[in-house]
Amino acid sequence: MTSTLERATTHERLDRIWSDKPGLVGFFSSVDHKRVGRRYLVTSLTFFVLGGIQALMMRTQLAQPELDLVSPQVFNQLMTMHGTTMIFLFNTTIWAGFGNYFLPLQLGTRDMAFPRLNMLSYWIFLMAGILTYSSLLVGDIPDGGWFAYVPFTGKEYSPTQSIDYWALGMALLGISTTVGGINFIVTTFKMRAPGMTVSRLPIFVWGIVVMSFMMVFALPAVTLAQVLLEFDRVFGFNFFDPGSGGDPVLFQHLFWLWGHPEVYIVFVPATGAVSMIVASLSRTPLAGYLLVATALVAIGFFSFGVWVHHMFTVGLGFMALSFFSAASFFVSLPSGVQFFAWIATLWKGRPSFATPMLWVLGTMFIFLLGGITGVMVAMVPFDFQAQDSYFVVAHFHYTLVGGSVFPVFAAVYYWLPKITGRMLSEPLGKVSFWLAFIGFNVTFFPLHVVGLWGMPRRYYTYPADVGWGGINLVATVGAYALALGFALSFINIFWSMRRGRPAGANPWDADTLEWAISSPPPEYNFLELPRVTSLYPLWEPEMQRVGAEEEPQHDRPVLLPPEGEVEHYTLATGGIDAEAENVMAMPAPSFWPFVVSLAVTTIFYAMLVRQFWVGVVGALVAATGLMGWYWPRWEEGEVELVGEELEEAIR
Amino acid sequence: MLAWGVVAALAAACSSLQQGSLAPKGAGAQRQLDLFYVSLWASTAVVLLTLGLLGYALFRRRRDDDEERFRDTRFIVSFGVVIPLVVLLSMMVVTFASLAGEPQRGTMEVQVVAHQFWWEVFYPEQDFTTANEVHIPVGTKVELVLESDDVIHSFWVPELEGKADLVPGRTNRLVLEASEPGTYRGFCAEYCGLQHANMLFLVIAQPEAEFEEWAAAQARPAAVQDSRGEELFEEHACAGCHTIRGTSADGDFAPDLTHFASRETLGAGILPNERGQLAGWVVNSQTIKPGNEMPPITTLEPDELEALVDYLEKLE
Repeated sequence: MTSTLERATTHERLDRIWSDKPGLVGFFSSVDHKRVGRRYLVTSLTFFVLGGIQALMMRTQLAQPELDLVSPQVFNQLMTMHGTTMIFLFNTTIWAGFGNYFLPLQLGTRDMAFPRLNMLSYWIFLMAGILTYSSLLVGDIPDGGWFAYVPFTGKEYSPTQSIDYWALGMALLGISTTVGGINFIVTTFKMRAPGMTVSRLPIFVWGIVVMSFMMVFALPAVTLAQVLLEFDRVFGFNFFDPGSGGDPVLFQHLFWLWGHPEVYIVFVPATGAVSMIVASLSRTPLAGYLLVATALVAIGFFSFGVWVHHMFTVGLGFMALSFFSAASFFVSLPSGVQFFAWIATLWKGRPSFATPMLWVLGTMFIFLLGGITGVMVAMVPFDFQAQDSYFVVAHFHYTLVGGSVFPVFAAVYYWLPKITGRMLSEPLGKVSFWLAFIGFNVTFFPLHVVGLWGMPRRYYTYPADVGWGGINLVATVGAYALALGFALSFINIFWSMRRGRPAGANPWDADTLEWAISSPPPEYNFLELPRVTSLYPLWEPEMQRVGAEEEPQHDRPVLLPPEGEVEHYTLATGGIDAEAENVMAMPAPSFWPFVVSLAVTTIFYAMLVRQFWVGVVGALVAATGLMGWYWPRWEEGEVELVGEELEEAIR
Repeated sequence: MLAWGVVAALAAACSSLQQGSLAPKGAGAQRQLDLFYVSLWASTAVVLLTLGLLGYALFRRRRDDDEERFRDTRFIVSFGVVIPLVVLLSMMVVTFASLAGEPQRGTMEVQVVAHQFWWEVFYPEQDFTTANEVHIPVGTKVELVLESDDVIHSFWVPELEGKADLVPGRTNRLVLEASEPGTYRGFCAEYCGLQHANMLFLVIAQPEAEFEEWAAAQARPAAVQDSRGEELFEEHACAGCHTIRGTSADGDFAPDLTHFASRETLGAGILPNERGQLAGWVVNSQTIKPGNEMPPITTLEPDELEALVDYLEKLE
């Protein structure tokens, strides 16, 4: 592996092996993590746009008292779909998107641990979204709120199928999220580059792994709530019917037992991304890496102990209120640690004010205020006033927009050049940021006040004589500015894909492995599988020479299958220190994930239209699909180590 | 001149800021507001300190030996752990003190049952029912017994007290205490369906004597001699849902109308109780509050409507 010619030949061979087939065949059979990641990002951002349009429609209706632009029915549907879309379909999935694309690259490997499962998780996400949104086609749109509290969402008070679209769609999405989470965990545990010890794990990877564990443990609660709700609705069970010994409060416990961790499920990977961006745009290592990683793990644990603070007004008694109030105070500590780690990084570094940094600073300002009001609403007696008022609306928009949406845009400006190979426009990005930042604060800061005045949430209108019109008008104007700000970034994305300045391999002079390879990355990611000797691999002298066709030669293994064969080889590592263990032949592209996802979706649709035999057909197809999927091909799996190359690999 | 103008404008703006939970008229709301102000000052200090540090970190003059000189772990632990811990612990103590001060019991009971989309109010001592209007004596701890007839609702009067949910199958209690006479607006604060936004009510706090007088009057049956009105009420199916004590109307799906004319609002706090509004409501409340349980009354001739409204307006 010395001559350039040899490298070019190797490149060609790897490229041939890892490329998808052209056209529709490739489209439906691909299992490439980069393709999965791109699809996640595109689909997720599409849902973000839909949720944004819904928000604008609501803000317009609320601009003045007693307006009649949308009917109460439509408003309640908008309110439900906005929450459902933004939480379930956008904020959670967008980080799965970035994770899918960048986690294997940051780990220095060639794919996710379960490439087919990965593709399945995307297809199911897409179909869950389509299932929920297909309620629009029949005009029977969910209107039970994104939290779908029983008994309102029970058969008696919501007799149409609108709620089924929500419950089944979201339960289906749960499969996708769980599968995705497991995949991230296994990938991180088994596929890190040799030498990438736990203390050399990029902080974004920490975020994704904590997120994944939280998903795997929190999701069963909400899936259970949705399934029990469907049992009540479809088969006439009484889990939540107080008249028959059920309890509506049970639903709330199950929902928030997932719902609060969910806030951190979107927040944890977002802060991981923010930490990376702060460090690389300050050109200095992240301050307090160990503290930040510990904080992420601590958030993962603590976030499971605070769910009752969503239920302070339910009437749960003094003990419950005290315990969950105390827990809610202290869940903010790890976030504080991260916050001051960012400040410390900026302090010791030389921060550049490029667009990703602006979005990061916006994140810090907005999340700070959201965190502060979060501590306020942990004060139970004050929460009795704030709960379900616009104060809480303002509070959680500060946490979610600060804790996830602004970081998404920071990540887009930071990472999109790696995906498309072209930089976004800096001036347009800055205008977009300032519009969005000012628009956001103009929208949501005044809503704290109108909430303290007594404006409850989820009102499609309000009386003229209470004097809330002025503030609501300001908030609506702000919302349009915010939307325009975001729209400019979308324009920027499209513009950059054609006209953007070529990015080169490492436009930010950043430290993690994704920047070692060309932008966009080759199909196989890394020509030579890297060995890592530091937390900042690209800031180490031996890795300095980077570039698309001129990757540094490290005398590292390439792992080519024998001539004429097309196995996807990558390295399996293990233990805390990521010692090379073996060479794996990854599963080849396959149609089965798509077939299985279609079959599973059919089962859920069958529940929806109450045609259970269709569900049986779906189950049979799914079972067949899984058999095809797992049909033994003895060339897959671990391969015998052969020759010098493999000795090199585990050196 | 200009300065005075600015000051005057600010003062006006500030006085208009005093609404809802920011203008407490009851013991509970006062306690909650005190807590809010404590947290507001603490938060302001924390935000200013943090933004100050952030600003300094961004714009400070750089030196070559920054990386060596800066003790990042000490910085993070001091500002991210120690200071927050002190602030959080003290806020927790204040919170628990305030929480422990919440009264558990009142000296008088009123039962409130929530319905989609109105409030049924029952006074057990005096044994009468009214709707969408809760009268309480000033300075008395009134214990509300909160239940729901259908879905989850929440009872909220920002000026008097934080909210408490009304959950089917459960009984919650909330102690209201008004410190000043007045009419306070109440809201349903848990999403309960199509007309969640129009499920309002009034809490009217009165001096003790005035309250006793009101309660005594409410406890009496309707004292209206209007056989035509009663007949129309029966004939057009109003009596199937509404009760007017002292007449044959004894439906129990909808608000008790025995002393309807004594109430200030119509349709659960959304319209003034005036003749024109009332006529419109009777004929077709669905155009005013779509999705409420009252069907349009299409069988009324114009003169019958007049007579029915006359009758209802006499139910003092």
